[in-house]
Amino acid sequence: MLLIVVGTLVAVGLRANGTNPLATADYLAIRFTITQALVSAFLSVVLAIPVARALARRQFRGRGFLITLLGAPFILPVIVAVLGILAVFGRNGLLNEVLALFGFAKVSIYGFWGVILAHVFFNLPLAVRFLLQGWIDIPAERFRLVASLGASVWRLLEVPMLRAVVPGTFVVIFVMCLTSFAVALTLGGGPRATTVELAIYQAVRFDFDLGKAAVLSVIQFGLCATAAVLAWRVAGARALGAGMDRVVQRWDRGNVAVDTVAMALAFLFLILPLGMVVLRGLPSLFDLPPLVIEAAIRSVIVALVSTALAIGIALAMSIRGGGFMSLVGALPLAASSLVLGTGLFLIVQPFVSPPKIALVVTALLNAVMSLPFVLRVVQPAVVQVEADYGRLADSLGMRGWARMRLLVMPRIKRPLGFAAGLTAALSMGDLGVIALFATDGQATLPLVMYQLMGSYRTGQSAGAALLLLILSLALFWIFDRGGRSDASS
Amino acid sequence: MKTKHLSHVAGLCLVATGAMAETPVLTVYTYDSFNTEWGPGPAVEAAFEATCACDLEFVAAGDGAALLSRVKLEGAGTDADIVLGLDNSLMGDAAESGLFAQSSVQATYDLPVEWTDSTFVPFDWGYFAFVSGAETVAPASLRALADSDLKIVIQDPRSSTPGLGLVMWVKAAYGDEAGTLWADLADNIVTVTPGWSEAYGLFLEGEADAVLSYTTSPAYHLIAEEDASKVAWAFEEGHYMQVEVAAKVATTDQSELADAFLAFMVTDAFQSIIPTTNWMYPAVLPEGGLPEGFETLIAPANALLLDPADAAAAADAAIEEWRAALAQ
Repeated sequence: MLLIVVGTLVAVGLRANGTNPLATADYLAIRFTITQALVSAFLSVVLAIPVARALARRQFRGRGFLITLLGAPFILPVIVAVLGILAVFGRNGLLNEVLALFGFAKVSIYGFWGVILAHVFFNLPLAVRFLLQGWIDIPAERFRLVASLGASVWRLLEVPMLRAVVPGTFVVIFVMCLTSFAVALTLGGGPRATTVELAIYQAVRFDFDLGKAAVLSVIQFGLCATAAVLAWRVAGARALGAGMDRVVQRWDRGNVAVDTVAMALAFLFLILPLGMVVLRGLPSLFDLPPLVIEAAIRSVIVALVSTALAIGIALAMSIRGGGFMSLVGALPLAASSLVLGTGLFLIVQPFVSPPKIALVVTALLNAVMSLPFVLRVVQPAVVQVEADYGRLADSLGMRGWARMRLLVMPRIKRPLGFAAGLTAALSMGDLGVIALFATDGQATLPLVMYQLMGSYRTGQSAGAALLLLILSLALFWIFDRGGRSDASS
Repeated sequence: MKTKHLSHVAGLCLVATGAMAETPVLTVYTYDSFNTEWGPGPAVEAAFEATCACDLEFVAAGDGAALLSRVKLEGAGTDADIVLGLDNSLMGDAAESGLFAQSSVQATYDLPVEWTDSTFVPFDWGYFAFVSGAETVAPASLRALADSDLKIVIQDPRSSTPGLGLVMWVKAAYGDEAGTLWADLADNIVTVTPGWSEAYGLFLEGEADAVLSYTTSPAYHLIAEEDASKVAWAFEEGHYMQVEVAAKVATTDQSELADAFLAFMVTDAFQSIIPTTNWMYPAVLPEGGLPEGFETLIAPANALLLDPADAAAAADAAIEEWRAALAQ
């Protein structure tokens, strides 16, 4: 893994002839990149806390659906999500139509806050899911104990849990926004909103200045590593101990109105743009050309292979454990998929024609790219199991596969299911490497969707986007459901 | 069938090594949209294979700029025999790379400008233009657009060929005054997208009055969708051109086949496919002329085009001028 991420960067660096000094524009890009990523991550996490808390302590019809829906924005191809957001917040969007109805002036989404809005749309759901996992992991016994003591659940249970989960979540989102480029540019309104990733894209694609691409990539890595280290220092250790896996029953009521408003707002914020994606796609969904269907099948297979790979690697890394593994696991987040792809291209090219292995490489890279998320979810669970039951298992002589199968797997079923769903959905939506490697008859669904869009076929493209959304959500739902099969909540 | 036929031929060869017994394969690198089901690729492949006793294989590699990067990345080890889909703004760079060989193609091109380059063979061309709904009152020039309240979407010259085309357009029309024009255009620009698709999508969603595209874009809506509601704005300064070209890769192992393909490219069989698949003007007008509907398009009186070498030299400074004016 380390080899793939760092190796590709070295490969790109080695091909460069001399290093180009960065221009003023590049420093401006770095500044903009950091600012928007900080604000996006901060808002996503802060807004996620009330939503996740509400989801954790309320039972209502449609809760499961809402949780599945949270996976949706994250896996949409950027341009689809952007068009959905614009259908709501754009110049011609729902919001402006409502404003016009009441005689207000139009508001423009484009600019710094447009970028933030889109990033929150992408990442708020992810933050909610991560935090919700934190809530679910609090053993039922602790709630019972706190209730019998008449103490504050928030202070005794939730704050310590948040201290453990929030920093990691923040870093993941910060780094995701750091490497954003199409969202930032499209909604940013112009070159003010240039990110480092765009500069990398330009260096690789247009200027063919691989030296500059390598330097910019190193800067991106540096920013990511700094964020990861800071998060570590802030993160508190989890000290809630083991439970008996009872169904959580809660005695604290909290404020129902606050929870309802938090969930309703989050729901509206997510469902409106997604609804627009569905509306745009419906007319042509049942009229898609065969090549779209073929691409869809290809995408599902790649997604399944990626998922198997990612889960395998993540389990192995989690069991080894340690801070170093955490850092290595976070690396792919900071990697520009373009640099990864280009590097890999340079590495394999002397041995095999890249198009021949396009789908294999895509599956592998998708697995690597999703590792940070998988680890984020799986590793704490594995660590917890080892902390709680490790010594018992040792004394019983449980080792290797038996320990994995009998002790670890059943206890991390839920995070594992969630992580697998996330990987599968992410892989479905990925456009990174396939575009660089693919040739005839290898295009994945997102690539075909872009190709349709690039040939005036907007209607069919919207249909393909909807198909992508449905398939991704279905994969996500199946895995996530599998993990939650025994849960009564 | 083709394979069977060729194995007979190969059997007659005196030195029928394993490699030679196979049908010769001509590998053509092109941009994504050329080789889609609805693009020119499949028809071109069928037409050429009917004449060459060979296997024509298209390899798609992103857009035009990505295409050149890909060939540079692969260097001498490239599988490509032909690269099809570079354009005038990439030609300077491509020529400098030394990766391409002279062509022997002689043709009378129907281009608004004289074509003298002997390495790159043009296969189609078009004018950049702003496309809008027919109901919008069209500005008469770039200057009038800049002074109006009209909203436009453009593409980033750092990641998109049309985006770079617009920067060169403004440069060719306004020279040293280009920066001023960009500053005045800034409040008309709703946003800048990474590529053509995003910009056109935003325009169709009603996010802007017009989008930077081609004078031929309305032809797609008219012919393929029977929708006459899109028009291109004709500007007094003239319109910058995009000429799309192909060239033979210097390291090709199929040199003769590559020459044959480039020669085929300027014949009617290839050129008649272009207008309604690539939605551009053919470089050599086929005998039947242009398809019905093309006569409705605007015909700019003044074609602007910087010499490829000059364009490549001026690009960095022009992009920086663009960036500085819009980043205010």
